[in-house]
Amino acid sequence: MLNRTAAARPKDLHEAAWEAGVVWTGLFALGVGFGVLVTSHGLPWWLAPIISATTLAGSVEFLLAGMLAATAPIAAIALTTFLVNSRHLFYGLSFPLHRVTGRLRKAYSVFALTDEAYALTAGKDPDGLTSGRILWTQFGLHLSWAAGAAAGGLVGHRLLGDLRGVGFLLTALFVVLAMDAFQDSPDLCTLASAAGSAVIALVVAPASMLLVAMSVFAASLAARHHLTRRGRRFARA
Amino acid sequence: MPDPTYVATALTVAVTITVALRAIPFALKNAVAGSALLADVGRWMPLGAITVLAVYCLAQIDLSTPTRGLPELAGVAVTIVVHRLRRNVVLSILTGTATCMILTNWVLPT
Repeated sequence: MLNRTAAARPKDLHEAAWEAGVVWTGLFALGVGFGVLVTSHGLPWWLAPIISATTLAGSVEFLLAGMLAATAPIAAIALTTFLVNSRHLFYGLSFPLHRVTGRLRKAYSVFALTDEAYALTAGKDPDGLTSGRILWTQFGLHLSWAAGAAAGGLVGHRLLGDLRGVGFLLTALFVVLAMDAFQDSPDLCTLASAAGSAVIALVVAPASMLLVAMSVFAASLAARHHLTRRGRRFARA
Repeated sequence: MPDPTYVATALTVAVTITVALRAIPFALKNAVAGSALLADVGRWMPLGAITVLAVYCLAQIDLSTPTRGLPELAGVAVTIVVHRLRRNVVLSILTGTATCMILTNWVLPT
């Protein structure tokens, strides 16, 4: 038993690194950007890896750094965190947590359920994912994000402050992941309703775009589910 | 450096809310297990959520800057073309980001 788990581990790590290695690298680079941002706000460098390792939610952390530096009210920080991160409410529905074994590991898996972790696992056939591979993928994201933040905080923006465009990495990442997700399940209806929801949210509520877009998209899915079921019932009659 | 107690409180609040948002759906899932709606949502959500995140990132491109967002738009174009040609995630992201960074820092500096 011990031998089996020990033997399974290198393979899981290898598969996770092969599949997610570039995203780890990307998150490290983004983490460097975050570390630079934290120090440029006048906050101590070590706060960057601490925020990254505990909050582990890229988009809200960039906002958080500015709010902490300006000593924003705790209530404002709570509301911002809630609004920016509430899209995670929709991830749990299809994240393959049932593939992760052990209570502690499951708890870690939920804690580390970032956008990237979801994007790298949820589109795949759950039966092909082992517990170790999911956990390594998530731990790699966690570690590279926190390590990048530490590096960026230490080097400071004296060295990298003038280098712009690093943040584009995130845009390229999600464009590529969307292209791959579409290739895996070429569903034009899903693509169109998600893009439509995103555009509606951009027009109606640009400040809380992610939450509004995910809610509109979820509502469109519920409507589509009921319409296709009714269609099936008609077809049978 | 702001007051350490303030920073610790703010971080604890942010972490608690983030973890709760990630955990709530799993707690609710048992209550609605076997739902046909949930099965459909699970099937459609991955592509949809990634698409929303991609549009969110694309919408951050600021067309009102002195460079008119050209470096970013060129980066997106290169990312898409390289990914269509080679289907290599690493290569696509790196060439797209390199394009954006070279244009921003050295070709169209402001």
